[in-house]
Parts: sequence; structure tokens; C-alpha cells
Amino acid sequence: MQAIRTIESRTVVLPSTNIDTDQILPARFLTTTTKEGLGRHLFADWRYQADGSPKQDFILNRPEAAGCEVLVAGRNFGCGSSREHAPWGLLDAGFRAIISTEIADIFRNNSLKNGLLPIVVDEAAHAWLLHNPGASVRIDLDACTLTLPTGVVASFPIEGFARYCLLNGIDELGYLLQQADAISRFEQTYDRIHIA
Amino acid sequence: MNSPTDVAPQAKTLFEKVWEQHQVVAETPDTPAVLYVDLHLVHEVTSPQAFSLLRSKGLKLRRTDRTLATMDHSTPTDPDEVFGRVPIKVESAALQVKELERNCREFGVELFGLSSKHRGIVHVIGPELGATQPGKTIVCGDSHTATHGAFGALAFGIGTTEVGHVLATQCLLQRRPRTLAIEVSGRLSEGVTAKDLILAIIGQIGVSGGTGHVIEYRGSAIEALSMDERMTICNMSIEAGARAGMIAPDDTTFAYLKGRRFAPQGAAWEQAVARWRALRTDPGAVFDRVVHIDAGEVQPMITYGTHPGMVVPIGATVPDRPGDAAHVKSLAYMGLHAGEPLIGRPVQVVFIGSCTNGRLSDLKLAARLIEGRKLASGVRMLVVPGSQQVKHEAEAIGLAKIFTDAGAQWRESGCSMCLGMNGDLVAKGEYAVSTSNRNFEGRQGAGARTLLASPATAVAAALTGKITDPRRLLAGAQPTAH
Ligand code: SF4
Repeated sequence: MQAIRTIESRTVVLPSTNIDTDQILPARFLTTTTKEGLGRHLFADWRYQADGSPKQDFILNRPEAAGCEVLVAGRNFGCGSSREHAPWGLLDAGFRAIISTEIADIFRNNSLKNGLLPIVVDEAAHAWLLHNPGASVRIDLDACTLTLPTGVVASFPIEGFARYCLLNGIDELGYLLQQADAISRFEQTYDRIHIA
Repeated sequence: MNSPTDVAPQAKTLFEKVWEQHQVVAETPDTPAVLYVDLHLVHEVTSPQAFSLLRSKGLKLRRTDRTLATMDHSTPTDPDEVFGRVPIKVESAALQVKELERNCREFGVELFGLSSKHRGIVHVIGPELGATQPGKTIVCGDSHTATHGAFGALAFGIGTTEVGHVLATQCLLQRRPRTLAIEVSGRLSEGVTAKDLILAIIGQIGVSGGTGHVIEYRGSAIEALSMDERMTICNMSIEAGARAGMIAPDDTTFAYLKGRRFAPQGAAWEQAVARWRALRTDPGAVFDRVVHIDAGEVQPMITYGTHPGMVVPIGATVPDRPGDAAHVKSLAYMGLHAGEPLIGRPVQVVFIGSCTNGRLSDLKLAARLIEGRKLASGVRMLVVPGSQQVKHEAEAIGLAKIFTDAGAQWRESGCSMCLGMNGDLVAKGEYAVSTSNRNFEGRQGAGARTLLASPATAVAAALTGKITDPRRLLAGAQPTAH
């Protein structure tokens, strides 16, 4: 995985609260066996008409959304299904960070494992972002800060180990595989009790 | 006088006990815990990329004896497709089925495949086969894995990358979540089901009320529930944002498990039960948060919006939340107006099934209410058993015939219309009363309008063609909407 330190980008804003993973990537596109190409289906039901043509008024179809790497969304983004196709789709469409006041647990985990930053900020910074779509922001993962064009700096929490892995481009599976001896020792005792 | 050895060990919650038994490496400020997984359930939709990862890294599957696979999400429910008499209509789904068969063969995983009599929705077959047991850590690439917590297991959904981690190492990197006790006192009234209770709980704490927490459901109303009902409760924990929900195991749990295929047998059974009896929250153990609910006040519930927290007692009107843009957008999608009653609204589709309400007791309740009656004209009703075993039992005791005599469609098991991956869909603009767990926009088909409710409420809608209070049916009255 590629190391991530800073992201500088304009924002795209989807103000709805509780945007669930069925909206982010509808179930009918999950019958795939790879991760590739899911960006095409991102927010499919909001983005396309029934005949497949783009809805001109949906933000992701507008010229100002082109090249944006940061998505600002309403509270409780990513709730619902555990489908990792949601962060895969967002990444494939060019997003590298999601900003909200609350991000659902499984979506947050899945995002961290793929290098999509789930950024939870305070209400004030969030409200400013919702009202200023297209603002240029700077995310610093090392400092855990989000800088608004007004100069306001908001800090965000991020699990320390995941942050370390992202900053250094380390794959968590590699770390787990290094625990093989500890796992074997655990299994020796555990299996004796739990497998009759 | 107390010497140090007399001091009672620290009181622990059920969650803490299970968590601590599975820590291979405890968490530190810098590193998450390495948590051991007892049972990994695999299905066709969230596993292909994980198996590909193993293959690309040349890794083996660490514990095939702790891994079980089935197919449920994208599989057909039409018997001709299931048993290979005609090809599977959704081509990409057919490919996924093939891919899982290949992966299980190559990596040595036991698979309950399309024609297996043990196949079914992953959260229905785990318990049914006795693979789900108290005190286990259980994971699956599916958010409703919380269902298995009904047995006192710590069970939660994971993403596909983590599916790969578990396949390769039988472990996950996890931070310890907080604990939330939901204390349910009293008793559910006549005509009110476990589904109504969990919908009422989600309505009270909200769709993100449990985020970051593991819920323990406790209290007299929970202890009085059957295992099927407990599963309905734990199943929807994720709908309140909690990755896991647990209920302490008791004699009801043990009676359910005894003699099932993967349950311990003989002397091992006695030892297991002795161990399982210790899996209770100690008196004095502290939860991070506690919520109280009086079961006696819960009414039959129904959702009116586009997430499960948008829920009201069935006799209520559609709530008004002026200035709340999400609420307004949601009502527009649903074609509903604030202030209007829900009772009496026409319904075109009824779905009974899913990992929430697709077990035998759900079908028995529905069949009892529908027996000898006919669907209202213009209503399409699908009854999809949660597993092939549920299907065969239901057929053996005559339930299937009761449904088909009434005019409903009886299908092979699977997720079906819960998420519409296999072509079982609700059409744009149609209202569907569904016993599943998610009413998100488009969940049951693009433009579909889902109203979540209990099997009793679903049958009441099927018989009247309108949203109807199920207590009218239960009381034996002729079902009418007014
Ligand atoms: S029945 Fe529905 S909620 Fe349950 S596992 Fe299947 S798709 Fe998920």
C-alpha cells in the first residue's frame, strides 16, 4: 500500500445524514469478483437515470466535482452493510478522504484498510464545510489536522496503529502474519479446552 | 478482615469475559489487540477478493476446521435455477457461485453449496447447525453477523480485507469497543413480537446510538424470549450502529443447541455447558452506558422512512420534523406526508424472510394468521425460508401449502428480496411490507418503498392490501383495515 501523509483538494459535498453503503454502492453491483471498476457504480441510484444517462443536477456529475479527492458528508456516513465495495468504489472514483461528524464503524475500518481516510471533525468545522462546497482543504495525517481555507485548523482522531500503517505504507496483514508464533502458542492452550 | 486473596475478582461483563478469552496479544496504546476467531463464516459476495489476496501472496488458509461457507446473497430462489434445471438468470451471480465453489475446493473449506440441504442464509444456518455457540468469537463478511450474539457469542461483521486476515491468520486486529446495556423490563404484550421490540429500541437510541459499542440485551423481557426471538433482536444491533449485540446464554440456549450437528456431544457437552454457565455479566460489573426499555409499552412497530430509526407504533401518524432536510427527502422518496396515518395505506408487495425473520417460528406465526384466508387482490407475497432446513421443516408440517393456498409464492431459501441481488425485486414506487432489516432507498429495488415490520404485520398487510394492525388478526377478528 502507498504511504499517505497529506491530501490537498477541493471538496465535494453530500449533505444528507445517514448515507448508507447501499446508496454508496447498490447491491446489484456486488456480483463482482474483483475490486476494479466500482467507481462507475458509485452512488448509482442518485447519479444515473433509469436509462443509465447521468442526472445533470447530481453533484458528482457536475464539472466542479472533477478531480476532487475529498468528500464531505452528513452525519453517520457509511452506515449499514459491511460491503467493502463502498470504499473501493470511492477510491476508484478518485476520493481519498471522507469528512463527517460521525462515520459508521465497519465502513471506517474498511476505509482505513484501503487507504481512504475517514475524518471525523467537530460540528463547527463540519458546518462550515457543508456551507462552502468546493473549498480547498488540507489534510495532514501526521499531525491529524484538517486546515480550512479560512485558516481554521480542526484536529481529528484516528486510531494510532492504522495511522502508523498509513503513514508508512504498511499492510496490516504483514503485521498479523508476524504474530504467527503467538497465535500458535495461543492455539495450543485454547484448542485443548475448546475442541473436544 | 480482608487479606488480598479474599478480594473478589473484578466484576466483568459478558462481553469482557469473551473478549479476554480471545486475546492472543492484548492491546496497547500503540497497537490493537490480536483477537482470535473461533468461527469464520464465508459467503459468495464478500469473499472472492479475499481468496484472491491469499492466492496472490501464496498464503494458506490457517484453520479450515474453523471456517464454513455457504451461498445466500446472490443465489436464486427459483427451484429450477437452484437445482440446475435452468441456468441462473443473473449471470454475474452465477459466476460468483462458481468462484466460491472453486475457492472452497482449492483452500479446503467445507461448503454448503447450492444443492446442499444445509444451505441457507449464513446467519440462519450457523445456529441451526450448532456451529454458533456461547462464548465464541464469530465473524463473517456481513454486518448482520451480530445475529449469533443471541447465543452469548461475540459476533460481528467485517470487510473483505479482514476476511482475508482471518483466512490467513485466524485473527483480527481490533480495538476494544465500549459496552452498552439495554435493560428490557416487563413482558411483551399479546400481538407484539421481538421484531417490534428491536424496532422500538432502534427508534429510541437512533441509527448511530450504538456506534462504537457492543450491546448486551438483558432483563426479564429478554430472558423470556425463545432463541429465534433473541436472534431477531441481536440481528438488528447493526441497525443501531453497534457491530455486535449479545445475550447471556441460559437453559433456553443450551436446550436449543443440544444434539445439533456441530454442538459438543457426550461428556464434552456437559463440560461445555459448565463453561457456558459462567458467561454472564457479574453483579456489579459496569457498562459504559445503560438504556432502559419497558417491554410492556412496546406496540407493533412499522417504519415509514429510509432508515430503521424512522419507525413508529403502527397506529401513529407520519412524524413531522420541520427544518430536517433528510426527513423531508426521505418522506418524498416514500411518497408519504407528515401527519397522515399509516394504517390503511395500500401495499403491493409483502416479503416474509431474511436473517431477521426467516426462521421456522416466524413462518409458523405467519402461517397461523394466513391459514384459510386469501391475499387481497393486487398483493404479491413472497415467502422465502431462511434456510433449506427451515424450508423442509415448513413443508413437512404443512406451512408451505398454507401459504400457496392463500396465493403467496413459496421459494427456495436465500436473502432474496431483502437486498434484491438475485432478481427478487420490488418495483419502483411500490410499497412493500417486509420482515427484513433495512429500508434504505433502493434496498429492495430502485425506487422501492420498504416498510419494515414483524411477520404478523406483514401478513395483516397481505390479507387486507393495506397497512393493518396485526392485533386485529390475532384477536381472531376478520381483518379489515379500518
Ligand atoms: S437476509 Fe438480508 S440482511 Fe440478512 S444476510 Fe441476507 S442480505 Fe444480509
